[in-house]
Amino acid sequence: MGLPKFLLVTTVLGISQTAWTQSPTYGVGRSPSTQEIAAWDIAVSPTGKELPPGHGTAKEGAAFYVQKGCAGCHGAKGSSGGHAPTLIKGANQEAHAAMSMPCLSPCVNDLNNMAVHSPFATTIWDYINRGMPLGKEGSLSPNEVYAITAFLLYKNDVIQEEEVMDQQSLPKVKMPNHAGFALPPEWKHGTPRLQGYP
Amino acid sequence: MDSKKSNRRGFLKGGAALAGLAAGGGAQPAKGQTQGAPNEKVDELIAYGDRSHFVTSVRKPVAERHSPDEFGLTFHVLTPLQDSVGIITPSSLFYTATHRGAFVPDIDPREHRLMIHGMVDRPLIFTMDELKRLPYESRVYFVECLGNRARPAHKTVQETHGLTSCAEWTGVRLSLLLTEAGVQNTASWIVAEGAEEVKGASSIPLAKAMDDSMVCYAMNGEPLRPQQGFPLRLMVPGFEGIYQIKYLRRIKVVDRFYMTYDDYGHINPDPKVAALTHQIGPKSVITFPSGGQKLPGPGFYEITGLAWSGAGAIRGVELSTDGGKNWQTAELRTPAYPMAHTRFGFHWNWDGKECVLMSRCTDELGTVQPTRAEVAKYWNRPVEPAQVPGADNTVQPWKVLADGSVQNGLA
Repeated sequence: MGLPKFLLVTTVLGISQTAWTQSPTYGVGRSPSTQEIAAWDIAVSPTGKELPPGHGTAKEGAAFYVQKGCAGCHGAKGSSGGHAPTLIKGANQEAHAAMSMPCLSPCVNDLNNMAVHSPFATTIWDYINRGMPLGKEGSLSPNEVYAITAFLLYKNDVIQEEEVMDQQSLPKVKMPNHAGFALPPEWKHGTPRLQGYP
Repeated sequence: MDSKKSNRRGFLKGGAALAGLAAGGGAQPAKGQTQGAPNEKVDELIAYGDRSHFVTSVRKPVAERHSPDEFGLTFHVLTPLQDSVGIITPSSLFYTATHRGAFVPDIDPREHRLMIHGMVDRPLIFTMDELKRLPYESRVYFVECLGNRARPAHKTVQETHGLTSCAEWTGVRLSLLLTEAGVQNTASWIVAEGAEEVKGASSIPLAKAMDDSMVCYAMNGEPLRPQQGFPLRLMVPGFEGIYQIKYLRRIKVVDRFYMTYDDYGHINPDPKVAALTHQIGPKSVITFPSGGQKLPGPGFYEITGLAWSGAGAIRGVELSTDGGKNWQTAELRTPAYPMAHTRFGFHWNWDGKECVLMSRCTDELGTVQPTRAEVAKYWNRPVEPAQVPGADNTVQPWKVLADGSVQNGLA
């Protein structure tokens, strides 16, 4: 970046004079506070390193599933028969069998039940935390998210009913599809998406 | 003021009526040359020009899931490619797709922020005004949804291919912002996230983020439309639509694929299929004549359509009027920008006999758009329409019947 030197100089002076850090080349923007970052940082890695403190079991989750309105769209047994995605294995076999049209994914009526399809349990925690319940997204407490996640994992035969889900245990859950995915190859500018593909 | 205006309109109307009377006395002008009554919406036309009410082309929701759905969510809405000209999709007609179905958020740009953090030396947060102070550029790029798959049941090109659109995007290079933040050596991915209710997020390779990705605040010469991410969206040129995060609020630099909700919807156990899901392959489609249209009779027609590739610019387009037995070179009618729709045309004299029209394109890497038969040969198994592994970039046939009507050749 060939920027005028005076700009760089003013930027350096600016940093020394104020509490804010700004972008070094253009002197624009500021440093977010640790609290701001924590409040926004809802992306949870498969390692679970961003998971907040808290815990929950399937039994607690069964109650939250009703109280928080999950059952209203997804059905008491984990299937609404087509309005919202099926959450529990085997809950909607008839509707699936009757489907003539493959749907766009991730999608309503996906034959791969959501809770089972993801290779990492952290994906389920992350999504319930950021995206549920519809219309009240982000309103669930960490304990509620751990409990509802535990409930879905239990109902899909992934964990036992009494297992406690928390920062340590959730990332260690072995999902049925844990080996069932491949990452795209390393991307390079000016390369075809797959060598040898017609 | 108001009375003056109505007087003026009254005068104009009266004038038109008089002109009509006068014309009645002599030879009738050809209908297409009549001037018509003055448009009554003169204030609206002056302030933010509307199109003629004679032009009625509109988007429509995908048949597989209506928008708005029973929850009021918008899912996927198709652009009317059959009416397209040139390469820029009007913002009003640009296709829309949302993560799980979404409410369109009503974001106050004065309140909107973009945060860059994670594996960077200097986490930064920007207001919209600050982002607009930075060096910017404008580029023409297409956006296509991975769900853009032609099926036999589809009747029109809007249904078969309407989940692709192309616009001029204006904004700041993401590499500039990431460089300002100071990306650490061990970083390899970013997670980009929107501010809408579901906070849609995708994992994107850092190499692509540092290459040509942009943080955009404008399209087609005005601020982004709400359905396109107002006030800020990510543009990851040539990658499938779900990476082009709308309502962009956060970029987290990380050291692995995060397997977000949107990521896992696209995972596949086969690495070859995974390779076919992020960058869009070379693809083209004839938009005229296309399904549902009708040719009035034999004679000259200009076959036209669009070609695009996620790997770069379109080098050429070939056209077949005999179902793929013979191919001839079509002409490019617009500049071939990298990762952009490119318009092609082909002079054609229709003899009035049934035939099948096809187009196929080649991109700057020399990759040729495949037919479905070629894809089936690669996978060594039959490949039904709508089940092409990865992003479907196969050749689309249109069948012209002897009466001039055009049908989906997949049917």
